[in-house]
Amino acid sequence: MKFGVIVFPGSNCDHDCYHVLKHVFGQPAEFVWHKETSLKGFDCVVLPGGFSYGDYLRCGAIAKFSPIIKEVRSFAASGGRVVGICNGFQILVEAGLLPGALMRNRNLRFLCRNIHLRVENPETPFTRKLAKGKVLKIPIAHAEGNYYADEETLKEIEGNGQVLFRYATEEGEVSEGANPNGSLHNIAGIANKGKNVLGMMPHPERCAEAILGNAGGRGIFESILSS
Amino acid sequence: MYKAKIYIAPKKSVLDPQGKVVHHALESLGFQGVDEVRVGKFVELKVDSPDKTTAAARVKEMCEGLLVNAVVEEYTFELLRE
Repeated sequence: MKFGVIVFPGSNCDHDCYHVLKHVFGQPAEFVWHKETSLKGFDCVVLPGGFSYGDYLRCGAIAKFSPIIKEVRSFAASGGRVVGICNGFQILVEAGLLPGALMRNRNLRFLCRNIHLRVENPETPFTRKLAKGKVLKIPIAHAEGNYYADEETLKEIEGNGQVLFRYATEEGEVSEGANPNGSLHNIAGIANKGKNVLGMMPHPERCAEAILGNAGGRGIFESILSS
Repeated sequence: MYKAKIYIAPKKSVLDPQGKVVHHALESLGFQGVDEVRVGKFVELKVDSPDKTTAAARVKEMCEGLLVNAVVEEYTFELLRE
């Protein structure tokens, strides 16, 4: 699968994403500058983490107007796989490619630590190699990861199986204590209705190699590659 | 020329942790009877328009297109002739 890792001014997780895709999983991968106007030839597009445009105004608010986003929209509309990690997720919600919004963490702190996720829906290209209920240990690093959507939207995404990952304890319990940032329904990652666009706050690209002591993120990449 | 003063705040239906913290801080400073504290942002800009109605329409477009996230924020603005 050919992967395109989009780079915005201020993106800083692009190299980690590229490394995992190219060197750990041996897939063709390229960086795509935000001013490019074509995603031709790519099978999957990744919007990496970081601080695009310095998080000015709101995280992802300005990146959504980059020329490449127009291409991401048509790429997603024609069923292409899109993965937004952290700031990438923020850009996707700002762009309206995913529902809801990501707000300041409830405790107002930048959180940088491992958390646990429970897989909620294994029937997507991003989770098909993972069992429902499987618990993954993955790090977060964000100050604006608090997922919000109004009642109607929440009902819709829950009903459609669009919630892919929830914050949980190591034992897989989706509890208040396991929720690091106040996200409604402990939502850590969602998909669009068509299940081809993923947005998640935790960083699977930081834990996809055993040598780093945690390979909890591997399953997500393996799922994408098998889809 | 019109100067626009735009006030953007979290919607009342959305939990505002910053507002809560500020509220508690005010209370510990001894300010009683304070409620509904919200912390938002302020944007000021000048817009070249022939009249107030046109200026207002343009500012509204700017708010809805970029300045405000309608999922979690609400806004008001005032226009002053310069």
